[in-house]
Amino acid sequence: MRKTLLLVLLSFTVLSSFASIKIGALLPLTGGVSAFGELVKKGIDLAREEKPKVLGQDVEIIYMDTRSEKTEAANGMARLIDQQKVIAVIGEVISGNSIAAGEIAEKKKVPMVSPSSTNPIVTQGKKFVSRVCFIDPIQGTALAEFAFKTLKVTKAVVFTDIEQDYSVGLSNFFMERFQKYGGQVLQVKYKSGDQEFSSQLSQALAFGAQAIVITGYYNEIALIAQQARALGYKGFFLAGDGADAPELIKIGGQAVEGLYFTSHFHPDAPVTPVTKPFVDAFMKKYGTRPSTLSALGYDAYMIIIEAIERAKTTKPELIATAIRSIKNFQGATGTITIDQQGNAIKDVVIIQVKNQNFAFAAKISASALK
Amino acid sequence: MSLNPTILIQNLLNGLMVGGLYALIAVGYTMVYGILRLINFAFGDVMVMGIYFAYYGATLIRLSFPLAVTVSLAGTALLGIVIDRLAYKPLRNSPRISALITAIGVSFFIESFAVVFFGPNYKPFLDALENKTIAFESFVIGNVYLPKIIFIILGITAIALFILFVIVYRTKIGMAMRAISADIPTTSLMGINVDNVIGFTFAISSALAALAGVMWALRYPSFYPYTGFVPGLKAFIAAVFGGIGSIGGAVVGGILLGVIEMMIITLFPTLMQYKDAFAFIILIVILLVKPAGLLGKRTVEKV
Repeated sequence: MRKTLLLVLLSFTVLSSFASIKIGALLPLTGGVSAFGELVKKGIDLAREEKPKVLGQDVEIIYMDTRSEKTEAANGMARLIDQQKVIAVIGEVISGNSIAAGEIAEKKKVPMVSPSSTNPIVTQGKKFVSRVCFIDPIQGTALAEFAFKTLKVTKAVVFTDIEQDYSVGLSNFFMERFQKYGGQVLQVKYKSGDQEFSSQLSQALAFGAQAIVITGYYNEIALIAQQARALGYKGFFLAGDGADAPELIKIGGQAVEGLYFTSHFHPDAPVTPVTKPFVDAFMKKYGTRPSTLSALGYDAYMIIIEAIERAKTTKPELIATAIRSIKNFQGATGTITIDQQGNAIKDVVIIQVKNQNFAFAAKISASALK
Repeated sequence: MSLNPTILIQNLLNGLMVGGLYALIAVGYTMVYGILRLINFAFGDVMVMGIYFAYYGATLIRLSFPLAVTVSLAGTALLGIVIDRLAYKPLRNSPRISALITAIGVSFFIESFAVVFFGPNYKPFLDALENKTIAFESFVIGNVYLPKIIFIILGITAIALFILFVIVYRTKIGMAMRAISADIPTTSLMGINVDNVIGFTFAISSALAALAGVMWALRYPSFYPYTGFVPGLKAFIAAVFGGIGSIGGAVVGGILLGVIEMMIITLFPTLMQYKDAFAFIILIVILLVKPAGLLGKRTVEKV
């Protein structure tokens, strides 16, 4: 009895491995950032429905939970490759986990495409790890571009969260480009969890800031904006994608009205012909408008399928090469070109808080960010 | 940077406000210490529970904000009594170190409870308010901006402290509290129910911490289960600074600590990153120079 069962199981695995192409999805489906994982999964599921076949074979997505942890991300990647024999992996969502999982993918020579990890280290020195999102240097440059060219700001104060690598990096990239244009910058520092910013704001006001650029996360951004307005600050607020959470508006209220931040995607941003059909299909399937992470998950799947089609094979190494030669791919979040380092070169979307909602404000094209 | 008088005034007011909030919590530490010789490390967490009660009172039960705050004060007063009955009363005759460790345990328990029950994320306090711009409205005199919320908080703090002094120095129960802090066995021989008075002390100091919490959330309108950690520690330092056991000392210590902190970072903005360290430096200096605190009485421990 047991032998037959084993035989049946075995033949199933053999059959299915012949019948379908397996792509892994390594996501935080439980734990601290499980909300992020769920959003990406929605995008992948929708993409799979739209493109269920490649090279004439069915695509099967194998989901693997990382519990939002680095060790589980590495273990999950090993399991996907060794046990499930996937030929490519979508994941992880946050940079720390992607770095851990990327080591394994690199060692086992299976391509991995992260939808949303923006830290430069994720793909650094790797041949098999790529991503469909832009990296922080592009984001910082785009902010400087927007502040100087569009808003005509010449004096900016940068608030840097010295506890976050993300914020320190983003501040540097912003200041570099802004000063190159001839703008004046004053940098002030704070720590995640700080609540009182009057000292830094006094400095900012004395400096004559036309724009306050906050490179940290939404909670501190909201508090800084409130205290700045209370002290009579009338200028612009700018931020990176750390502001991209509904809590920004809930905490900041009217104080964050008018704030601009860089992002990967906005449902109203007409970046490519794919965007609108994607938004409509998403609305139909889930009843809500897609968030940034869902759109990035969708693009990650589509890029892998495109690479398999171009490579005309299921050999992971050739797919990895194909991913890095993708140029001007029309995704939901933009026209994506993957460079030789595995990073996406694409347009940056600028979102503004308008009537207590996130509204599309502008698009900074990738060509302006070189 | 040249220091202009506007910035000095803004930050002085800010320091007074934060100091007043420290004072409200410090009074709790000092009253409980005065009576039980116990540092109730859970006051920072009681303060956060006060914020949660007010927040859910206004958002879930849809009470008006003043009513939600009243309910929150009553709820935290009750919480204070419960903490005393469950955690500290069984240890009245145990060594002091047992009660101290229990206090740390209570603090961790409340924090973990809040994480599990209310969630670990930041909550927007604006949701609880009818006037959603209160946190950043200002009085404008010429081109000087003075945040309104600071004056509101200063006013309420002053009223709360006045009521506290009336209770402690002008009522019978206040007299009983002072008597217990002098000598517990003799007080109980005078026919006073010591446990009830201790319960009352916990109730009133918890309510003050909750009031401080609600005002903290008005000024910094996002909070999560660990919001009370730093203010709780600062208030403890303020109590020691002023002389632990002395209510007047806690008030003076709290206000001074708030103002000193704010003035140091105003005068030396580059030291901003070390802001939280100043309070501890003050603590070390005061313990070395004047261990009994500013207004504390030097007592000789009888062995």
